[in-house]
Amino acid sequence: MSRPSEESQAHAVTPAGHGHDDGNAIAHGTLKGYLTGFVLAAILTVIPFWLVMDHVIRNKEVAILIVMALAVVQIVVHIVYFLHMDTSSEGGWNMLALIFTVVLVVVVLGASFWVMYNENANMMPMSPQYVHHHLGA
Amino acid sequence: MNTTALDTVNSPAPEFYCAEEPHPENGTLLGFWIYLMSDCFIFASLFACTAVLGTNYAAGPSAKDVFDLTGLAINTAMLLLSSVTFGFAMLEMARDRKRATLAWLAVAGLFAAAFVGLEVSEFSHLVMEGAGPDRSAFLSSFFTLVGTHGLHVTFGIIWLITLFVQVGKYGLTEDNRRRLYCLSMFWHFLDLVWVGVFSFVYLVGVLR
Repeated sequence: MSRPSEESQAHAVTPAGHGHDDGNAIAHGTLKGYLTGFVLAAILTVIPFWLVMDHVIRNKEVAILIVMALAVVQIVVHIVYFLHMDTSSEGGWNMLALIFTVVLVVVVLGASFWVMYNENANMMPMSPQYVHHHLGA
Repeated sequence: MNTTALDTVNSPAPEFYCAEEPHPENGTLLGFWIYLMSDCFIFASLFACTAVLGTNYAAGPSAKDVFDLTGLAINTAMLLLSSVTFGFAMLEMARDRKRATLAWLAVAGLFAAAFVGLEVSEFSHLVMEGAGPDRSAFLSSFFTLVGTHGLHVTFGIIWLITLFVQVGKYGLTEDNRRRLYCLSMFWHFLDLVWVGVFSFVYLVGVLR
């Protein structure tokens, strides 16, 4: 296992400006890192499938929340172990772009769902006859 | 010629005004990352669509009726294996082993091809059952999101074949390393999006 030392060496060299060989300076991760990520991702995939396929949890809302929470955890696992994201990559710009994106994605998803849910809940109740005569449905 | 400027002994240390912003060394990788983030927005808006329209069945089949979770589990495993084997290719690339890199790339590509194949068969099965994208808002949003992801994977495979030939012909040159690194980000990113798809669309769809 000589990889970690090579890795730290590469990182130590990069800021000094040896940019001629940037193909080697970029973070490739380690075998251990990929295997850790793979095992974690597999576990975090099997649990929600098991929960849903075997109807483990009776309460629907609780089951949905658990599945969503596990997905968020697995996404973080992918970002850390497969995309090798940390605060130092690309001088922090990667992380900045990621945080910006996450904020906007949360706004897009959260606000869409919130607004559309309220639209739906505040719809004027319509009788089947009204729909039939006035909307031609 | 201005000789005083060359008199380094007597004149004070020269000061330079650097007009350029300091920039990271791997500009391509940062740029590609920003492309991926913009891709994130495409998927986020499609996720928002499926979240809003996910229960609008129009008296047609519901998520429970159409989703085959066993097939989904196999599909998910294919994509995860493809992601991790691509990682192994990157490790071999870091060790300058061309043949091993190509071998792992081929394995990753085959797993991804299996994923796309299973997805195409799922789609054709749904359409033949009368649960095509024209059936309901739920199915329209489902086909758009999953289809967009599948198209990304398909283009990723085309890109992988291109780089496979490139590396085979020209070796692990600096350009090819950079390209492979971009593709690896794309590849892992698509697996990440798939986590959202199978959780938020399939599993939550079946639950609600």
